[in-house]
Amino acid sequence: MRGIQGIGLVLFVVGMLVFTALPFLSSYRLTEGMVQDQVKEIHREKLAELLQPMYGQSYSSTHAFLSAYSSNFNPYNEELKAKQAWDQVIWDDYGFALAKAAGEGPARSHPWACLALSIGLVVLGGVLFQIAGYGSAHTSLAHTGVFHSSLKNRGVLGMLTGTYLIGFYVILYWFPAYLSPLVWMVEPIAQFLSGGPASQWFLYGLVYTLAIAVMGIRMVLKYRDNKYQQLRTASVVFFQTAFAFLIPEVLVLLNKPYFDFKNIWPLDYDFFYDYQIDTFISSGGLGLFMLIWGILLIVLGVPVFTYFYGKRWYCSWVCGCGGLAETVGDGFRHLSDKSLKAWQWERWMIHGVLALAVIMTGLTIVNYFSSFSLLGQVTNQLHSFYGFAIGSAFAGVVGTGFYPFMGNRVWCRFGCPLAAYLGLVQRFKSRFRITTNGGQCISCGNCSTHCEMGIDVRAYAQQGQNIVRSSCVGCGVCASVCPRGVLKLENGPEEGRIHDFPILIGNDSIKLRS
Amino acid sequence: MGSRHFVIIGNGISGITFARHLRKGDEKARITVISGESPYFFSRTALMYVYMGQMKWEHTQPYEPFFWKKNRIDLKQAWVKSITFEAKALVFESGETLNYDVLVLATGSKPAFFGWPGQDLKGVQGLYSKQDLETMEAITSEPMERAVIVGGGLIGIEMAEMLTYKKIPVTFLVRENRFWELVLPDAEASLVHKHIREHAIDLRLGTELKEIISDAQGSVRAVITSTGEEIPCGFVGIATGVLPNVDFLRNTSLAIGKGVKVNAKFESSVPDVYAIGDCAEFEQPPGPGRRNLEQVWYTGRMHGETLAYNFCNTPVAYQPGIWFNSAKFFAIEYQTYGWVSPEPVSGVQDFFWEHRDGKVSFRMSLDQEGKVLGVLNLGFRLRHEFFDRAIREKWSGEKVMQELGKGVFDPEFYAPYHQEIQAAYQRHFGGKIVSSKKSFFHKLFGASQ
Ligand SMILES: Cc1cc2nc3c(=O)[nH]c(=O)nc-3n(C[C@H](O)[C@H](O)[C@H](O)COP(=O)(O)OP(=O)(O)OC[C@H]3O[C@@H](n4cnc5c(N)ncnc54)[C@H](O)[C@@H]3O)c2cc1C
Ligand code: SF4
Ligand code: SF4
Repeated sequence: MRGIQGIGLVLFVVGMLVFTALPFLSSYRLTEGMVQDQVKEIHREKLAELLQPMYGQSYSSTHAFLSAYSSNFNPYNEELKAKQAWDQVIWDDYGFALAKAAGEGPARSHPWACLALSIGLVVLGGVLFQIAGYGSAHTSLAHTGVFHSSLKNRGVLGMLTGTYLIGFYVILYWFPAYLSPLVWMVEPIAQFLSGGPASQWFLYGLVYTLAIAVMGIRMVLKYRDNKYQQLRTASVVFFQTAFAFLIPEVLVLLNKPYFDFKNIWPLDYDFFYDYQIDTFISSGGLGLFMLIWGILLIVLGVPVFTYFYGKRWYCSWVCGCGGLAETVGDGFRHLSDKSLKAWQWERWMIHGVLALAVIMTGLTIVNYFSSFSLLGQVTNQLHSFYGFAIGSAFAGVVGTGFYPFMGNRVWCRFGCPLAAYLGLVQRFKSRFRITTNGGQCISCGNCSTHCEMGIDVRAYAQQGQNIVRSSCVGCGVCASVCPRGVLKLENGPEEGRIHDFPILIGNDSIKLRS
Repeated sequence: MGSRHFVIIGNGISGITFARHLRKGDEKARITVISGESPYFFSRTALMYVYMGQMKWEHTQPYEPFFWKKNRIDLKQAWVKSITFEAKALVFESGETLNYDVLVLATGSKPAFFGWPGQDLKGVQGLYSKQDLETMEAITSEPMERAVIVGGGLIGIEMAEMLTYKKIPVTFLVRENRFWELVLPDAEASLVHKHIREHAIDLRLGTELKEIISDAQGSVRAVITSTGEEIPCGFVGIATGVLPNVDFLRNTSLAIGKGVKVNAKFESSVPDVYAIGDCAEFEQPPGPGRRNLEQVWYTGRMHGETLAYNFCNTPVAYQPGIWFNSAKFFAIEYQTYGWVSPEPVSGVQDFFWEHRDGKVSFRMSLDQEGKVLGVLNLGFRLRHEFFDRAIREKWSGEKVMQELGKGVFDPEFYAPYHQEIQAAYQRHFGGKIVSSKKSFFHKLFGASQ
């Protein structure tokens, strides 16, 4: 088994190296035809003229290509900005599209081979590593060793992994042109699924889905005595693969709007943006259905399901961010901050983001119905601020890049406005609670240590008090790691759910609050 | 009452629970908690998890450091060398002294050593304190051929699991013919034996430690067992039970047996001196079937809360309820509620069920009239509240069986062992067990009962 694990690790590392190296193995040659193809009609003529000096030139790296592009294009835009000719400024970034069109290299000439050698090896190596590692380990050791691991306890490997992830997200959101060689290699898959070209988002979606699937295998093996963990893992893998990845692509193939049926506003913060609403309305019956479905999820789905099952129905059974956190992020869950301070920060931040999302959406809708006259640019500015600060920087860079530093639920705990909404319902109107088993708690602290939401579970358990917290995503790991069988996630009557006066069973001399 | 100075020796669960509850009931009291072991209260029960990298030291501390200041509980890390009861003064090892108005002894236990030749060698130790954990970590961080654990109880099996995490081969010497003979009946013990051996542990039943042999540097080199066999090893874990940690109190006016002698109100033989937790020895067992020494976590907690209550209200006698306990043997969880005898007892009927995989079992003891006395379950979880009530109210075995579904505490979607148990009970005792089956609707919406 050790041998197989070693082979898995080697394959994984080689795959990662190839994946990381591919963007450096491309060169670029731009033609006027490409500019004509990639650029919107209104900008076509101008850009074709501006980029004249680049035609026929060969650039040996993405960086060289982008520098040339900037030096030819930026002065024009800067000048317009200086003149405050805002309506003439070209706001679109054609860097990625042009780089993808102009690029040459192994990933373009041999996409399947490159795919197999990079992502393919990572997946194969990952699966082998997990099967060999967890397939033979005793379940009693499932949670051991995390604080002796360099990767999982902020050691050198953890720092490197975090830095790599942060770097990846920064490039993905703000410098996608550098990823264009990687996008080539998934082009055939995109063509097959949606009939259209691949974007950086398609690459990201594919990698994301595979990551959840591979690490989902790990979860199923690690928790092989735990049905709850296995089922919810299967569920997130399914929702990610079908709802987040495949169905939207197939919708595009069928000329329908790209839509993820399980994404809910305000996590799906642009659901009410004007262009979205326009798309829904102009796409016939299905478009209208999407709009109504999305609204129903918000006003009915969230309260009703959360009433019966707690927010876990979404956060650890359906959600894509949650799916990644629970699979790829599982090894980092114990890094969450358990202090009272962190809890105070959490409440301010997550409700702050919720308020921001609500205000932004409210303005957008008012704006929509008043035909853009009322608030003019304000909503656009808000959208771009929210998109940058919350949508990209917080949810992406911090949310995932910080796994090895602050645990796997940083975004879900401190930032996600949908989690805040679900949490309010869970706290005040739900049948879900974590029941504690009488006086059996030995205050060992395993539950608190491994709670990814930083809930001090022990503080409740050792008093015999049910755990009713808005942030609990119902991952069930506290119950699984507890060596004394003290914790049980349950849906039950609202009566007696919140213990104001918990009493530990066992002491007949007196009755007092612990 | 004014503001008396309460001094507590020991910052374990009993001492700390006392201090917390005293503060809740008495705003004015001056409270000082002393321990030589660690600056802050930590959970002894988690020592093994720190060793196995499942927790960090800070995670063993149930309260953040600010808690003590906020509640005006003064902490002092120092060892008390002796006490002058006449002068109501403690003398520390540093020579410093401290006066008290009320003294609460909560000094816990220490590992029991039985005078084996070589027991003071380097590499021979028990596991009780933070310092024990540190020496065990240091010694076992070097690769070694084998470790030997002596003593078939809860700490012994925890040490075996810890060493297994470090991939150190373990020989486990158990003097009795089964593991934890004091508590586990034969069938359960066999189940646990199998599980221990599955973890590649060399379990030796009916085998005692005779002697520990030194190498040239004064470290352990091997042990010799009662069968005369020499087992080479680099570490010997002594887990043959614990004794009250009261040696520094002997030869004073304080009455001491195994521990500090107390009555049901935790009063010792000296006025204003009390003892709680592991170190207290009751003159009379505090309840039927209870022992004079109560050396588990929750009894320490109950001692602490009862004594604190007594300082703030009309004092009551300590009266524990139905016995319960839990432990874990590698992956197999153990729980018990009420009274189950490890040996057959006349007039007591046992119902026993074991799952075909050999990792789950259930035992229920019934008295002559068929009323439930207690249960002992391995490999699955039962609800404390349910069994506390069933035993207190003396339910018939049949009634317990009928309601068993409500007494299960396993996570959602787990195998419904209770159905198999009910079927087995019916086969064994006849009668008709009609368990309330949940409809699909009930299951889906979690509508209970
Ligand atoms: C490894 C291990 C695992 C365990 N697991 C479980 C379990 O799963 N379930 C369970 O119910 N029980 C368990 N126990 C038993 C449980 O931990 C004890 O019953 C409990 O800790 C006793 O608490 P206490 O407050 O009486 O004393 P302690 O926790 O022992 O605290 C006493 C403190 O007083 C200090 N002290 C003593 N003398 C002096 C002095 N002269 N000067 C200064 N300080 C002094 C000691 O250093 C110590 O810090 C376990 C014990 C061990 C060692
Ligand atoms: S893990 Fe279990 S026993 Fe330990 S503190 Fe949490 S609830 Fe209590
Ligand atoms: S309290 Fe338990 S179930 Fe809830 S998030 Fe924390 S570990 Fe998961």
